[in-house]
Amino acid sequence: MSKSDPNAPRRLALIASRGTLDYAYPPLILATAAGAMGWEVGVFFTFYGLPLLLKDIGAAVSPLGNPAMPMKMPFGPENFQNVNWPIPTAMMSVPGFNALATTLMKQTFKNKGVASIPELRALAVELDVKLIACQMTMDVFGFKKDDFIPEASVGGAATFLEFAADADVQLFI
Amino acid sequence: MATVLEADRVLDCKGMLCPLPIVKLSKEIKAAQSGQVIKMLATDKGAPADLQAWTRQTGNELLDSHEENGTFVFFVRKTK
Repeated sequence: MSKSDPNAPRRLALIASRGTLDYAYPPLILATAAGAMGWEVGVFFTFYGLPLLLKDIGAAVSPLGNPAMPMKMPFGPENFQNVNWPIPTAMMSVPGFNALATTLMKQTFKNKGVASIPELRALAVELDVKLIACQMTMDVFGFKKDDFIPEASVGGAATFLEFAADADVQLFI
Repeated sequence: MATVLEADRVLDCKGMLCPLPIVKLSKEIKAAQSGQVIKMLATDKGAPADLQAWTRQTGNELLDSHEENGTFVFFVRKTK
């Protein structure tokens, strides 16, 4: 996967290491944007980022540990929607609160015209983004290749490093 | 107001946020023939800057970029 041709397109190498809704967006947005610019893109899904390759993505978000996360309502008049609701930290550990926060974030994103995570991943596949599943994480957490979308390939650290060595942009997310 | 340009294809990206406008534009460019002009409409406030970056990176030509009643209008020519 070495880039020996000097006229080869630019290359983006990403590591997606986290799988919550808020962390799922940045690698998929950058991967699809780079793909749209004709760049060659590879994303290495490792640790908690690996479940983003599952056939059915269950990415959720928790305000717990994300104290700066804005809490906005996806309905009502615009000035109501723009209100940032202060949530006491103790509320964030109440059962069901993560599910509520996830629903609100997904709805807000949808209302604003942001693609969903499954939509972005499908676009990445369409743009020939290389989706690499970390073999070690698969072994540790008990995932099989068949659990992932068929476009995903499997590799290890050396696979990613060889691709990243010739990349113009490398990011760990 | 810029010169009046003729478009071969129209792409409506109103209401879409980053990165959808440039992803849709890249698809439209793939479907277009060399030399064809695409008129693209967008409301994403990041679109004017992103369209410039996208055309610089892809080598396609941004013929015009202006705003009409809150909608950004772009004319892009496929160069190859």
